[in-house]
This record gives sequence, structure tokens and C-alpha cells, in this order.
Amino acid sequence: MNSMKRYISNTVESIPPSGIRKFFDLVTQMDGVISLGVGEPDFVTPWHIREAGCYSLERGYTMYTSNQGLLELREEIAAYENRRIGIEYSPEKEVLVTVGVSEAVDLAMRALLEPGDEVLVPEPSFVSYAPGATLAYGTAVPVPTYDIDQYRLRPDILSHYITPRSKILVLAYPNNPTGGVMYEEDLEALRDIIIKNDLLVISDEIYSELTYYGRHVSIASLPGMKDRTIMMNGFSKAFAMTGWRIGYACGHQDVIGAMTKIHQYTIMCASIMGQKAAIEALRHGETEMRKMVDNYNYRRKLILSGLQEIGLDCFEPRGAFYCFPSIKKSGMSSEDFCEKLLWEEKVAVVPGNAFGASGDGHIRCCYAASIPNIEEALERMDRFLRRHKEIRISNIV
Amino acid sequence: MELERRILHLLENNARLSCKAIATMLDEDEARIKNIIEQMEKQKIILGYNTIINWELLGNDGVTAMIDVKVTPEREVGFNSVAEKIYRYPEVRCVYLMSGTYDLSVVVNGESMKDIAWFVSHKLSTLDHVQSTVTHFILKRYKQENFIFEEPEEDRRLVVSP
Repeated sequence: MNSMKRYISNTVESIPPSGIRKFFDLVTQMDGVISLGVGEPDFVTPWHIREAGCYSLERGYTMYTSNQGLLELREEIAAYENRRIGIEYSPEKEVLVTVGVSEAVDLAMRALLEPGDEVLVPEPSFVSYAPGATLAYGTAVPVPTYDIDQYRLRPDILSHYITPRSKILVLAYPNNPTGGVMYEEDLEALRDIIIKNDLLVISDEIYSELTYYGRHVSIASLPGMKDRTIMMNGFSKAFAMTGWRIGYACGHQDVIGAMTKIHQYTIMCASIMGQKAAIEALRHGETEMRKMVDNYNYRRKLILSGLQEIGLDCFEPRGAFYCFPSIKKSGMSSEDFCEKLLWEEKVAVVPGNAFGASGDGHIRCCYAASIPNIEEALERMDRFLRRHKEIRISNIV
Repeated sequence: MELERRILHLLENNARLSCKAIATMLDEDEARIKNIIEQMEKQKIILGYNTIINWELLGNDGVTAMIDVKVTPEREVGFNSVAEKIYRYPEVRCVYLMSGTYDLSVVVNGESMKDIAWFVSHKLSTLDHVQSTVTHFILKRYKQENFIFEEPEEDRRLVVSP
């Protein structure tokens, strides 16, 4: 068949293939793999939430909702965000229900960027922000973060990457893939730079309920930051609702209005049964959610101590459900390490460089896995590391 | 007591967790966890460790019945004396004192329905103070001790995702 490549837009062609996709193709060819490579909860959505979704279908809720989402849901979201981060958003004007946070990120980039505008993306980071900027004809500017800083964004490093074209700063904390969090003082240290340089912030707070030390603070709650921040959150991680695809954005009515304009022509609205289930999650989901968070925290401690025992240096993740240990001691690149680990021991983890160049030398291990699987994976990794250490030593000798 | 409770909540869901794993999960010392568990075993806070088994998968056709028992309480000891006479039988798995229309709920295991019928007619009904019994045979187990019997616990997630 003739190649159709010449028809594909340059913008789309310019986006490099996903490192995760490549690895996914490899893993799916194999049996008996223990996967620490997933990016979602291992819980199924709590039953009462699923039941609310079913009930909405039974009652015949199968139609469009308003573009912004059911007002009932937006009211619940506004109340929840007030409890969570202490900000009052108007359900009528400042809340937009989206198809996951991913859509919200895309909408914000398209609503805000002029061609050539720069989006500052602290890395390692979730894979969508940079392509999102590119697809909106912006330019993603990776800003490195480091394990010695606990993967927090440092103000001096941020300043270094700011240019007159800088328009948006992405803050995604607790962070996927590192598990890093930004506390109030860390955010406070960025605030002056953001205001001085007239930046807007896309704050992806999807993992915020999974914060294991202290309280999550949203940058939107700092003085002067509410209007500058497009605060995004959703149901996927806290309520184990990834497949429902319900997220939302909160922010200034002009920005939310512009995002809604794109949303209404491209998506129309998020699915109504998902929205109905989300209402149930916010009204009655707190107890189950807390249980899940406790459960992640137990496993976080187990995997962290296990990784340290087998000799991998790992910064202690304080949020989300990932560990991001360094594998530099092994002498292998991230990709090499992950491929060999998969072939030799059938453990899937994700190479750190899939999350940006500054992730190289690390691997992402998701601990949303059963305790026996975590323990088995650690044993296999231990065996793998010992074997390769011996190989290295015998090569030197 | 807070630490004890947290240990028990973990063990309640998975009795095979090692002391080391519990210690790590609770930010405690392994020896301390071991010691506390031993203490709780001595104090009979932890009575034992069971396994939840789906015998049906082995083709085992044992029978379980739940029996509602009406009892005339006795002076001074109330229901306790007759309850004891019932729970001493090894085929009795559980005995509960209930509120409502009957007094004791008795769970009995047997090889066959005949076994259980014999137990009820010869042993249970004939006890002094037992007024009447109603026997319900368990036809199918759906969930027990938080474990679902039918639904396989398969992980439907993509093996690698961002």
C-alpha cells in the first residue's frame, strides 16, 4: 500500500512516538508478566459509584448534558474544591466538566496559546503536556527537576527557562512519574516569578488526594493566583474511575468560557452516566476513597523499603502511586534496563526517559499492584540486579 | 491500642502478611510487631488464622446449614449454657445469639444433608431448653469474609500505560 505520510500534518508528524507505546507493544507479546507499568488504580470503581452509573442508565439518562456538564455535578465539584483547597468557584461560570483531565489540558492549551508561545513543562512529567502544547501550535519547554530536590520545581531553574514568549507553566503535583509533591512554601517560592512574568498556570491536581504527608496545597489558593490558575482535577485516581473519563477544569470565567467554546464544538459534553456516577462519588465516596489512599500508602512503604533493600536508590515519593528509583548503578540506560528486566525476569516497569530526558537513569514502578505481586516483582528485580552486577564484575576482571 | 488496631486491620484482610511487611507498612520495628502479635494471640484477641476455601472447585459436595434455634433461657445463665452445649459439637462452625424472632443462629457443616438432618433431630432438638429449630441449607456461596467466590479477580488494566 502506498504511504499516506505526505498527507499527515507536519505538526502531528513532529511529535515523537511515545516511549510508553513502544514498551507496551513489547509487553503485550509476553505471558506471565508482573506489571508495575500501569498508570491507574488497581481498585475497581467502588460499587456504590458503579451502581449510580447503572441506575442512571435504568432511569433513561442517555442524552446530552449542557456543554459545561450537569449543573448538579458542577455544584458538587465547587463544594468539593472548596473543602479540598479552600477556593470558591462559581458552578455556573468557573467550572467545566471534561473528558478526563487530558481533555482539560488540551482545551486550555488551545484556548490560550498563540503560535510560538512557550509552555514550561517541569520534567519528568506525564506524557501529554508537551504534545498538547505542540498540537496547539505552542512550544513545549522542558524544565528539569531532580531527585536531590525531591523533584520539586526550583524557582532559580524555572527562571532560567523563562523567555518573553513564556505563557503557561504546567504544575502537576503530586507528580507522575516521580511521586514528588510541592508544599505551600515551594509554591510560594514560585509565585513571584509567575506574577512578574505574567504566566498562567495549568495545575493538574489529579493525584492530590493521594498525598501521604501533610495536606495538598493548590497554587490557585495562594494570594493573587486564583485567576492565573486553571485548576484541573478529576475522578480517575482518587475514586478509581479512569475508564469513566470524567475530569474538570476550574478557573477564571473568561478562560473557562474560551475552553467551553472549544469543548462544545469538539466534544459537546462528557458522558451523562459518567457525570451521574461522579455526583455519587463526590456525595458519598469519601470513606471508600480514604480506604484506598491508606492502602496505597501501605504499599508505598513496602515497595520503597524493598527497592532500597535491593540496592536501588529511591527518593521517597510523597504522593501519587509511583516510585522513581535510580538505576544508574546498573550501568544501563533506562530503556536497556527495562527491556532486559522484561525479557529476563518478566517484570514490566516504565523507562524514566519516557517522561522526558531528565527521567533517564530512572524507572517508574507503579505500586497500585497487589502486595504479593509487589513482593514477587522485587524478588525478580533483586535477582536481575545481582546477575548483572556479577556480569559487570567478571567483565572488569 | 491504636497500633494493635492497625495491625489487626491488616491481618484481618490477609493473615499471611509477614511481620516484616507489617512493620514496614506501619513504620514500626519488626520485633515490636512480632511481640504485639504474640501478645494478642496470648490474650485471645487473635483467636486463630483460617483459610477461606472454595471447596466447590475441588468437587467437594459438603453441606452447610444455618439453623435458627428458639431456646428457653435458663435462670442465672440465660442463653449461655445451652449455647455452650451446642458449640461444643465439632460440626458446629459458628453460634450467635440473635435479636429478633429466634435466639441462636447455628452454622453447621456436614458431609451430606442427611448428616445435618441427623444432627438436628438427634442432637440439637433433643437438648433441654431448645424449643424449636428451622434449618436452612446453603445452596451457593457468593461472598464470604470479603472474598467473592464467582468473579475471578482478573486485572483488566492495560499492562503498561502512562
